[in-house]
Amino acid sequence: MDVLSDMALDYTLRTVALGSAALGIVSGALGAFAVLRRQALLGDAMSHAALPGVALAFLITGSRAPLVLMIGAALTGWLAAVAIAGIIRASRVKTDTAMALMLSVFFGAGLVVLTFIQRRPAAGKAGLDKFLFGQAAAMLESDVITMASVGAVGLLGVLVLWKEFKLLSFDPDFAATLGVPTRRLDLLLTSLLVIAIVVGLKTVGVVLMSAMVVAPGAAARQWTNRLGVMVTLSALFGAAAGVLGALISTTAQTSTGPTIVLVATGLVVVSLLVAPARGLVWTRMHAWRSQRILALEAVMSDLAALAAQHSSDATRPHDIAALHAVRGRALVDRALSELAADGLAQRHDAGGWSLTPRGLAEADRLARLRRTPSADL
Amino acid sequence: MRLRTGNALAVQATDLTLAYQQRPVLWDVDLEVPRGVLMAIVGPNGAGKTTLLRTLLGLLRPAAGEVLVFGRSYLEQRGLVAYVPQRGSVDWDFPTTALDVVTMGTYGSLGWVKRPGASERSRATAALEQVGMQDYADRQISQLSGGQQQRVFLARALVQDAEIYLMDEPFQGVDATTERAIVDLLRALRTAGKTVVAVHHDLQTVAEYFDQVTLLNVRRIAAGPVDEVFTEENLRLTYGGRVAGIGGRANATPLDMLA
Repeated sequence: MDVLSDMALDYTLRTVALGSAALGIVSGALGAFAVLRRQALLGDAMSHAALPGVALAFLITGSRAPLVLMIGAALTGWLAAVAIAGIIRASRVKTDTAMALMLSVFFGAGLVVLTFIQRRPAAGKAGLDKFLFGQAAAMLESDVITMASVGAVGLLGVLVLWKEFKLLSFDPDFAATLGVPTRRLDLLLTSLLVIAIVVGLKTVGVVLMSAMVVAPGAAARQWTNRLGVMVTLSALFGAAAGVLGALISTTAQTSTGPTIVLVATGLVVVSLLVAPARGLVWTRMHAWRSQRILALEAVMSDLAALAAQHSSDATRPHDIAALHAVRGRALVDRALSELAADGLAQRHDAGGWSLTPRGLAEADRLARLRRTPSADL
Repeated sequence: MRLRTGNALAVQATDLTLAYQQRPVLWDVDLEVPRGVLMAIVGPNGAGKTTLLRTLLGLLRPAAGEVLVFGRSYLEQRGLVAYVPQRGSVDWDFPTTALDVVTMGTYGSLGWVKRPGASERSRATAALEQVGMQDYADRQISQLSGGQQQRVFLARALVQDAEIYLMDEPFQGVDATTERAIVDLLRALRTAGKTVVAVHHDLQTVAEYFDQVTLLNVRRIAAGPVDEVFTEENLRLTYGGRVAGIGGRANATPLDMLA
């Protein structure tokens, strides 16, 4: 009996892990384009707008088959995207207003249909409310197969039209002058994003699905300056967040969507902090290091200038009160002790500082290199 | 699709009219650009210069008028026209390199789905060399200076190997090195028999850099060879009487002009 339940648990966990990996890969890859095209909010609007599609698909067909519900979700999600584009083009309503408007209208409609379904006595209604915040534990093998196949269509689209999507994302006007039908291509890329969203809908839920679209892309952008690497990384981050979050939520019995989102957000935070070249820690360290080097060079050039006034004895000690007055005490003292440690400056027994002969040579070299005048003392 | 050049005007636009919310931006504008000239489009802010360029390129649909390229419709002849947009029109933080951006100029001839290969990359590299940017090929584009970014855009147009180059303020905010490089490039294009139409802001350099000029302020005020058309009177008409004492004088400063 124990062995049996262990196997059942393994089976559940494996299914959940596979499904979440699939959804993470697809939403990560397509989300990367959404991030680059500044369409993060469009993803949010579309995922919310998928709710009435799910509810209506169930109401009309009476089926809870994953493909049926996905198609319903995709239709209303896509409709919302088209409506947003139409409003922006035809009226003076701004993009963010149009998105917020459509998001709330579609989501509200979805909730109304959902409560209507739930008040009906019919069996089989249970489970639709899980589309709000997602539930990984209920995932079946058939769900995984559907998610993987639908998601594969989305990925295939990106692979085939890679160069066109890149051009569209970077410079749509230029693309149009090359004869690329940008409006149709834009619609296609948006439709692929809809696919990515509906794949994850049942696991993550409509409310937080947009995080799976945005977070992996935002994290991946920190690590690379190549589109191909960024999209690949984004897919991997998406998979990692999906699998980790779903497994945690299944074993700890928390809501899946929020758990996945927390993991994805964790990836973003880590990336924002430590990614080379773009990360906060890196840029701070870089700024701090160059500040320190500048301070060292400044103090060296000051000492060299003092030495130049006494050309007979270049290593004669100087009172550093003058340097303190110009550069600030803490900076000068720290720089001097570092210079001394490097053998470039020396403290004299009688008090006062000077450069060592090696320090003088180095100061001379830097002055030539930078052609920066030393401080006027 | 066969592209033809023939003896017709490089660009001929007639009666172009375009309005935003009932406010005309272009009003009955004609444009005739002979082959092999460098033409500046000059006019005050809001005169419709960029709009004119975008309309020529089919990016905006005019309420009236048509655009011919070497005597045939723009849509048929699109492959003969290269576009250099304003530098500020794209997000330079996009994850890509200078060489990759230039390679985008080959996408038009490459067709759908096919990926750029060695020959496209070598064409792109040659174009980068032409604008003196070969050392920056692998740079992330956000790490380039404004002038360097502008040269990357020019290289992207060069790689298209077009007959006509439409440029939106190629000299805007560039350093002296880049300005020199662009001027040299424009002259090389003219020598090669290409045609350039550029939106230009700096009245001082119009006579030095360009052969022909179109003065625009919603309507076309005047057009033709610089020495005939670029007069004080026409500039006053274009800039609404706020310009005084230029008439193509080389030593006039912008402050002299704005009375």
